Amino acid sequence: MAVLVVADHDNSAIVPIILNTVTAAAAISGDVHVLVAAEGSAAAAEAAKIAGVSKVLAADSGDYAHQLAENIAPLVVGLAGGYSHILFPSNTSGKNIAPRVAALLDVAQISDILEVVSEDTFVRPIYAGNAMATVQSSDSVKVITVRGTAFAAAEAEGGNAAIDAIDAADNPGLSSFVSAELTKSERPELTAARVIISGGRGLQSGENFEIIEKVADKLGAAVGASRAAVDAGYKPNDYQVGQTGKVVAPELYIAVGISGAIQHLAGMKDSKVIVAINKDEEAPIFTVADYGLVGDLFKIIPELDEELEKQGITPR
Amino acid sequence: MKLLVAVKRVIDYNVKVRVKADETGVETANVKMSMNPFDEIAVEEAVRLLEAGTVTEVVVVSMGIQQCQETIRTALAMGADRGIHVKTDDELQPLAVAKLLAKIVEKEAPDVVILGKQAIDDDSNQTGQMLAGLLGWSQGTFASKIELADGKANVTREVDGGLETLAITLPAIITTDLRLNEPRYASLPNIMKAKKKTIDEMSPEELGVDVAPRLTTLKVTEPVKREGGVKVESVAELVDKLKNEAGVI
Repeated sequence: MAVLVVADHDNSAIVPIILNTVTAAAAISGDVHVLVAAEGSAAAAEAAKIAGVSKVLAADSGDYAHQLAENIAPLVVGLAGGYSHILFPSNTSGKNIAPRVAALLDVAQISDILEVVSEDTFVRPIYAGNAMATVQSSDSVKVITVRGTAFAAAEAEGGNAAIDAIDAADNPGLSSFVSAELTKSERPELTAARVIISGGRGLQSGENFEIIEKVADKLGAAVGASRAAVDAGYKPNDYQVGQTGKVVAPELYIAVGISGAIQHLAGMKDSKVIVAINKDEEAPIFTVADYGLVGDLFKIIPELDEELEKQGITPR
Repeated sequence: MKLLVAVKRVIDYNVKVRVKADETGVETANVKMSMNPFDEIAVEEAVRLLEAGTVTEVVVVSMGIQQCQETIRTALAMGADRGIHVKTDDELQPLAVAKLLAKIVEKEAPDVVILGKQAIDDDSNQTGQMLAGLLGWSQGTFASKIELADGKANVTREVDGGLETLAITLPAIITTDLRLNEPRYASLPNIMKAKKKTIDEMSPEELGVDVAPRLTTLKVTEPVKREGGVKVESVAELVDKLKNEAGVI
């Protein structure tokens, strides 16, 4: 049976984590379909190019412009009969919609899978990643959210899937979009960045993030923050890396003035190379860091900026 | 207006969780238990709405073993009016919890149910959305701001790109994110007062819900441990290592 991936998008483009979700779907079945419920057809056209996708179902309606769970869930439920598995990305959009779909289908949801063991058995993290649970589902349809960093991205180009236009489901009229305050940044998006430099409470203020932003621009890095820094108002919520924020696994993660609470480590410990800069040599962050540098970040970071300049390091 | 708040008893967030040697789960014997932090935020929000006169009653529900009553008492000490304990020694998965909550919603007829967005033990992030689906209600998940007025709520949500505000019709389900509020500590007089508040006890059987788990945990294992590396002495050494040893810049 085919597997359905429910796409997250901004109506014009597919969100990158969908490429990882398609890879997870391909580990379950050779027949991967993608549902794009959006306003307009641009996102569906993009989904059809993803390598490994055999069919795109496109529901074009203004009711789907903001991906309201109340509107999308009945559409997915109407399609569920044709699929053994329904996969969502484990981002804020997928986490919002998937459980509503599962409940309407009277099935369990398997959250945040890291590995497909077999078509009914999956590995997922519990307790902020301090334990790994292997779970088996007895439900006829498996509703799953996929942790993007645990699966390679499928090729965004090269596929040529057929696009089937499907009817929109009735709008239950329960909710509507009012406004959004989205962070505008020239830097890469956190979950897609090759390099991330994050700041914690050690930065002492939002203004002081400027020093790590300068380094970020030399490395082509995204900027992140610990929960403590977000709670203190240094940076908005979408910068947060951790158990309940974003989970990232870049090639290089630089933690600056972050002590390393387990909730933060849960969000970044799968990074390939970790650097920790902290004045407290006992800070737990050093237990996961490949390279640790103990000292005053207000001295070290400007020095790092100069050294990168001197060595002519530029973004890859 | 009436609010229902769901709270879960979990291993305290400061405890370093240990996996059992037989791989059946994590060690819970002699481990400090607390209210799930996101649920504390839910209780705090409900109590603030009560104090502001926006709502007239706050009922708090918890499910599971006898000791869940301690968690309910904590919520009562924070200011909730009364409690409901669905008592069972069986494992409850999110779908079962959502079904039990749906039955309680039928009885209590609240205008809004507030829940934490996720419990820090199983990290599922499902129950609120499932309850909304079962009831056919609107949902405002991952809330960092809630404004209740005239049969609707404006909920500001923490989403990947920043913040998003939705208008949702009541009755509704709202789940809390970290920045919604900072929960209070219960004062001693309020802890004493909470002892006199009522907690109704009921069972899943009485509510007519089949709570049989749909997911079987085959094993629970330690994650792959990450070894700490080396300390470098200078910025120059760090840049050299990143460039020539790790090859990441």
